[in-house]
Amino acid sequence: MQVNKYRPLIVAFCCNWCSYAGADLAGNNRLNYPADVKIIRVPCSCRVNPSFVLRAFQRGADGVIICGCHPGDCHYTSGNYYTRRRMALLFSMLDYLGIERERTRLEWVSAAEGAKFAATMNDFAEQVAALGENKRLEDLRCKR
Amino acid sequence: MQKINRDVLIDRAISLLNSGQVSSVLGWRQGEFFYDVTPAVFTDENDIRENFVWNDFCGANFSKYLVSKTKASDGKILVFLKPCDTYSFNQLLTEHRFDREKVYVIGIPCEGMVDTGKLKAQVGDGLVSAQSTEEGLLVTTLYSDEPVNVDIKSVLAERCINCKSKKHVAYDELLGDEGQIEDSDRFDEVARIEAMSPDERFAFWQGELSRCIRCNACRDVCPACTCEKCVFDNPVSGVENKAPVNSFEEKMFHIIRAFHVAGRCTDCGECSRVCPQNIPLHLLNRKFIKDINGFYGEYQAGECVGSRAPLVDYNLEDLEASDVFEGRDTQ
Repeated sequence: MQVNKYRPLIVAFCCNWCSYAGADLAGNNRLNYPADVKIIRVPCSCRVNPSFVLRAFQRGADGVIICGCHPGDCHYTSGNYYTRRRMALLFSMLDYLGIERERTRLEWVSAAEGAKFAATMNDFAEQVAALGENKRLEDLRCKR
Repeated sequence: MQKINRDVLIDRAISLLNSGQVSSVLGWRQGEFFYDVTPAVFTDENDIRENFVWNDFCGANFSKYLVSKTKASDGKILVFLKPCDTYSFNQLLTEHRFDREKVYVIGIPCEGMVDTGKLKAQVGDGLVSAQSTEEGLLVTTLYSDEPVNVDIKSVLAERCINCKSKKHVAYDELLGDEGQIEDSDRFDEVARIEAMSPDERFAFWQGELSRCIRCNACRDVCPACTCEKCVFDNPVSGVENKAPVNSFEEKMFHIIRAFHVAGRCTDCGECSRVCPQNIPLHLLNRKFIKDINGFYGEYQAGECVGSRAPLVDYNLEDLEASDVFEGRDTQ
């Protein structure tokens, strides 16, 4: 039996109208994705304030992924376009401060793409696990 | 040495005040020492004659003061704006932060302002006075018998060495000649940091940001930070006004501060000027400006009133967040 094997903690912000349903579909189809992924449902990917991402890292996340509707498919017409600009700038800024760029990702997953959801999460979890624990944006007060 | 003499400014201020066109004047007043020139509101002619200051130490950007001063005053306010200040002025008008009708703007040319820290590093502490000469400053200190000649270029503030524009983008009246938008090297330092390895970058910013004492001066002085209720004053935000207890809070504060003004920052450089710990905060803002220029096309906040900031706008063909690092292989 393996004891204390490192498992990354991943926070996934999923849009209620697409990726969250995509995750559901992945489950219904019995597609595996790591249990390390903790999903937070948001009404739109645009709801994700950049400080949410930082806050997730503070509370112990090793990777943060934001999933939204494909460009053009937003339930609110244009939310994901704003997300795209915001997150591009945020990810670039985190990289500028020396935070590993593999810890963050923005992905478009529709409600019909259960397979893509599972594949994305598997890939992202592997990528974050390879980096190891998040040391650069950790808050020691929030250590488990 | 500034092109426009103090007397010219005083004459204009007094004549506008006496004719009743303006009811108060926003200008600079000497602080405890000659180099800590502070913003002040003048309403009296004699006060202006005695205490109005205009020299190489008048760094303060008055745009932000207009937000509260126009609310408090019924009459017009006369304000002196340097070229970089007029960008902030336009940006605030874009955001409907004050009534343009209540302000009378006199544009004044600027030859760059002195960074007191650099001056002290060069001639030592105990500055007594500085006389502007053609090439620089004649500085007297407590500890030297002779006045020291200082080359102005060696003590100019970083934002002035890399001045982005000597052109006024807003004014009612211009003293001196119309300037030009300049070619500056302001993104060179950002590019230098980008070229570092992630470990070096992390060490660099850890070193800079760990000096932060959370005095909030950068937020208070920033002409783009004009929210009446600020997230950093919220006691449940976890980053309210207190010294950062660990490295996470430093980064959280500075990333969020820079993000809140991203796309609206005119790069006036006030944040770095007021930082008591000399943290190069403008490098965070400039990173956002550089990225915005690169990703979404050249954009200068405050260049014209009413322009749409990049973060409240979008384009169907914007680049994907995953493509941000394309062509950057410092990993």
